[in-house]
Amino acid sequence: MDLLVELPPLITFVGGVNWTVGFLTTVGIFAIVALALNLQWGYTGVFNFGIVAFFMVGAYTSALLTLERPGDFENHILGLEWPVPLGWIAGSLAAGVLALLIGLPTLRLRRDFLAIATIGVATILRSAVNSTEGLANRGAGLIGIPRFLDGLVDGADYRWVMLGIVLTMLAFVYVVMAAATASPWGRVLRGIRDNEDTAMAAGKHTTVFRVQSFVLGGMVMGLAGAIFAHRQGAISPTGFSDLFGTFLVWTMLIVGGSGNNRGAVLGALAVGFFWFGTPLIQEDLPDFLGTRVFQLREIAIGVLIIVFLLTRPGGLLEEEPRVSRFVPKPGSGSGAFNTAHEEGGP
Amino acid sequence: MIDFVQLIIIGTIVGSIIGLGAMGLTLSYGVMKFANFAHGDSMALGMFLAFIVVGDLGWAGSDIGRLSFGWGMIPALGLAMIGVALLNISADRTIYRRLRRRGAGIITMAIASLGLAIIVRAVIQIVWGSAPLRYSTGINPALTLPGDLKAKPDQFFIVGLTLVVAFGLYLLLYRTRLGKAMRATSDNPELAEIAGIDTERIRMSTWAVAGALTALAGVMFGIQAQLQFNAGFEFLLPMFAATILGGIGNPWGALTGGLIVGITQETSTEWIDAGLKPGVPFVLLIGILLIRPRGIFGSTV
Repeated sequence: MDLLVELPPLITFVGGVNWTVGFLTTVGIFAIVALALNLQWGYTGVFNFGIVAFFMVGAYTSALLTLERPGDFENHILGLEWPVPLGWIAGSLAAGVLALLIGLPTLRLRRDFLAIATIGVATILRSAVNSTEGLANRGAGLIGIPRFLDGLVDGADYRWVMLGIVLTMLAFVYVVMAAATASPWGRVLRGIRDNEDTAMAAGKHTTVFRVQSFVLGGMVMGLAGAIFAHRQGAISPTGFSDLFGTFLVWTMLIVGGSGNNRGAVLGALAVGFFWFGTPLIQEDLPDFLGTRVFQLREIAIGVLIIVFLLTRPGGLLEEEPRVSRFVPKPGSGSGAFNTAHEEGGP
Repeated sequence: MIDFVQLIIIGTIVGSIIGLGAMGLTLSYGVMKFANFAHGDSMALGMFLAFIVVGDLGWAGSDIGRLSFGWGMIPALGLAMIGVALLNISADRTIYRRLRRRGAGIITMAIASLGLAIIVRAVIQIVWGSAPLRYSTGINPALTLPGDLKAKPDQFFIVGLTLVVAFGLYLLLYRTRLGKAMRATSDNPELAEIAGIDTERIRMSTWAVAGALTALAGVMFGIQAQLQFNAGFEFLLPMFAATILGGIGNPWGALTGGLIVGITQETSTEWIDAGLKPGVPFVLLIGILLIRPRGIFGSTV
């Protein structure tokens, strides 16, 4: 047999498997963020435009706590060599604190004020990291962020371990979200989303519930960011762009289905496949398309958002209306994009 | 002390540009009721549309006094203002009006405007690339003012134009029937409709005026800085901060808010690291939301 003929398919197969493993790991992390946004927006109607800020806080907190002391060419605080899981918990808590600080002054006001307050937070964080000497090694970023469960397998096979970690965390977050949103607490959130006045009339302090939902969602975003940092091994401020960290997640949730946890995961997979898959076909495209493939996929993302809002606001998997598992399913009439509840607020 | 006065001068210029943009933003916010997140990228689009005339076509024109740009900037401004006005109107026709008719809320429209923002930014990058551009390569030497203060002729022009535009907007809103109808639609669209105002037509006019103001702000920004395709999103926070400081739907408030944001932001470098400057509009925004969420001068929505 001719080896030269046999080799390419083998290489392609291994390449394909490696790509798929990396892809599923990335999409798994995005799915965790999409679930968090689904709690905030899909179930509570809390309008967060600064997702990447919480993601970034989680990533940096966990990285700084688990790194070794800074060497001669690095300049960052901490470096406490904590175990990785402790770093994840701390990253998640730090993102929760940020959510509390932003949520308290804004969530009692018009619903779009939170969005306005959150649009600039990531820019401020990036600028602060870039300009503050001795905080997090400025624009050069942090490198050598330790892996979790590194000793288990050889270097090349670690990607399978990482995939396992991410999928386990995704399953954990999914179960927590499903339980939270199906609980009486989740029912209050949906009540606030669909009709705030009724929820208030029922004696619920709606601002408190909105802050709780926003903080819990922020913590999950921070957790995803922390996992991301240890998966990448190196992070820098430019990596946390609004497009990548915020807009892409919004597209995932809108396409998948706001108010449906399975929809959030499906949206992450579908939009993620489109987003990370398009560079693969770059060489097969005609030149005038191939050289612009990165911009064209951005345009496609923008078009996707608008087309779904116009034609299928419920997303691919629409929210299943339900009051509680003890009550028969009612008719439709609720959902994040339902019309009645969205007015400005007080 | 001189340094501080110098920072106030720079802050006034930055604040004028923020104020110009915020006047457009507050108009559309007041009449359309939703936060237009495409506003920043529309401003960037205006900035680049002017570049077609003075850069791509090379029609810089002969010099105007000691300004860094020539007479070619006049048609450039015209193209930018018409272009962004048309973008706003066609976005309303294809997106916002459909959502409005379906009874969709302000949040759905705000998310749709985010989709538009992403599209506009990518189109700018495809057409003009990622490398920063400039309207003119010449330098604009600073004039020395009494007290050893410095300001460029361009900067006088920006502040002067902002005042002229603000006065023009005042005349439009308070001395014309169109302006009266705009204010009525902003205050109460249902009542305005009952009073015989064609609110859809008023919305189109508002989009056009807001677009022209947005483009103007973008071009003024481009005159004193580099043109970058991704500048749009960074404009948003200062402009929203100015809009909310001044009270949504209140153009004077927006201009005053812009000046407050600009001057605070620039003078802050006396005390804090320049890299933390982007945080100043955020702190102002959170501060006003805590103390007076309807803005200093009150809001129409």
